Amino acid sequence: MSLSRRTSQLLRISDSGAIMRRYLIVNGFDGALTMLGLIMGFLLSEPAELAVISNACLAAAIALGMSGISSAYVSEEAERKRELDKLEGAMITPLDQSAHGRAARWVPILVAAVNGGSPLLISLVIITPLWLAQAGVVLPLPPLLLAVAIAAVLIFVLGVLLGRIAEVSWVRSGLRTLLVAGITVALIYMVSG
Amino acid sequence: MVKVKRLVLDVLKPHQPGALEFCRQIAASGEGYRVCLKVDEVDENTQTLQLEICGEDLALESIERVIADMGASLHSIDLVEAHNPADAD
Repeated sequence: MSLSRRTSQLLRISDSGAIMRRYLIVNGFDGALTMLGLIMGFLLSEPAELAVISNACLAAAIALGMSGISSAYVSEEAERKRELDKLEGAMITPLDQSAHGRAARWVPILVAAVNGGSPLLISLVIITPLWLAQAGVVLPLPPLLLAVAIAAVLIFVLGVLLGRIAEVSWVRSGLRTLLVAGITVALIYMVSG
Repeated sequence: MVKVKRLVLDVLKPHQPGALEFCRQIAASGEGYRVCLKVDEVDENTQTLQLEICGEDLALESIERVIADMGASLHSIDLVEAHNPADAD
């Protein structure tokens, strides 16, 4: 059986597809909003060197990724073990060599990778203009503004994905997440402006 | 050579994988296998099934392996049909 079929079988058996989808979007949204907040903070502060800003953003992205991986792994591992124990009790047989046992071992790793990878990747995409500017690439906008624009687009896309999952209007869902980003920016302005 | 053509098994399985996936996996374990599944009882975490498998030469060991791999357990073999074909010459 191919790796992708085996993975999808484990996700089906453990009913984890929806959880992974939810983690992908929720934590991706966390990552995008955190980067947006950080960059807004730098925009409203005394001008800092681009290297300082990108290092601060990168450190925050790595911390978000590690937090996502560790928290999801610990909670999912405990949850899967509890479910496997319950199933073993019902079946009156050990299931560690079965697909359920494999799911209990592998699903926490997959969920943790998604939960940590999603905010990390989204954050890296948002801070790409800072690296490009440092590398001397000419950008159509100042790097911080371009990063804010990318963050807004990604937040809208995450909203669209949420809308498609919930089978509601994707435009409305995208605009709603964009509104959350707008409120965040307004709060940052109010606090530090 | 005697060949097993039909088996009826009493199987206890968790709700996942579903009946369709369960049948597919068993049918995929041997060439020409036909599988018929009937749910006899549904519990909070498990289902009791009657599984009828037909084929030209059924291999119980590999069927049992697939059943165990999907977290199910074989409770009893309720029916066996074996053929001893007459020599062609």
